[in-house]
Amino acid sequence: MKLTIEYYAVLKEQRGCSSEFLETSASTPAELYDELKARHGLSLDRSTLKVAVNEEFAEWDQPLKDGDTAVFIPPVAGG
Amino acid sequence: MELNRFQISEIAIEPDKLRLELQSEIAGAYTSFEGWVRNHNEGASVQALEYSAYKVLAEKEGDRIIAEALDRFEIAGAAAIHRIGLLDIGDVAVWVGASSAHRGPAFDGCRYIIDEIKDRVPIWKRESYEHGPDQWVNCAKGSLA
Repeated sequence: MKLTIEYYAVLKEQRGCSSEFLETSASTPAELYDELKARHGLSLDRSTLKVAVNEEFAEWDQPLKDGDTAVFIPPVAGG
Repeated sequence: MELNRFQISEIAIEPDKLRLELQSEIAGAYTSFEGWVRNHNEGASVQALEYSAYKVLAEKEGDRIIAEALDRFEIAGAAAIHRIGLLDIGDVAVWVGASSAHRGPAFDGCRYIIDEIKDRVPIWKRESYEHGPDQWVNCAKGSLA
């Protein structure tokens, strides 16, 4: 399955890019983040993040489909 | 600015212009909130600050917050704008405005919108300090914020 991952804020800094295409066997956002965290040494625990799939907030255990775009959302700090 | 919408802006916020959009014949009250860039955070001296956003989702979620405020409070209109990019001390980082027939709902709606923006909208703040490395606010390792 091929996915697009977009990175923002501290995750963009740690990953060193703002987006990537990725061939993965991860079937949910939770599995995907765990894979990326281990591979790239991302500092944030999944429990501190939210996730969006295809530009809408999503559940960690929802199935991912080929062509989906996933975004991991670090703790926000607007205002 | 569009009435009853939330917007991410790369250019300076001008509250004096924005308030005019909320004027209407049914509104007898208007409240606004401005968030300003201050020179300190949690004891550290802040020199510069950069906001970034996941723009598409930020504007969707911001629009939902304003729709919720319109639903919950008797407000005539509301709008909000959040700056992104490099900001200086004193710049307006966020503006919220709400109008209503009487003052109560305008205060309540404005408060609701800024509180929810701070809690839910995917916007991040990177601070540069006089002493020590830059930091993403709320994103320290292991943060549960």
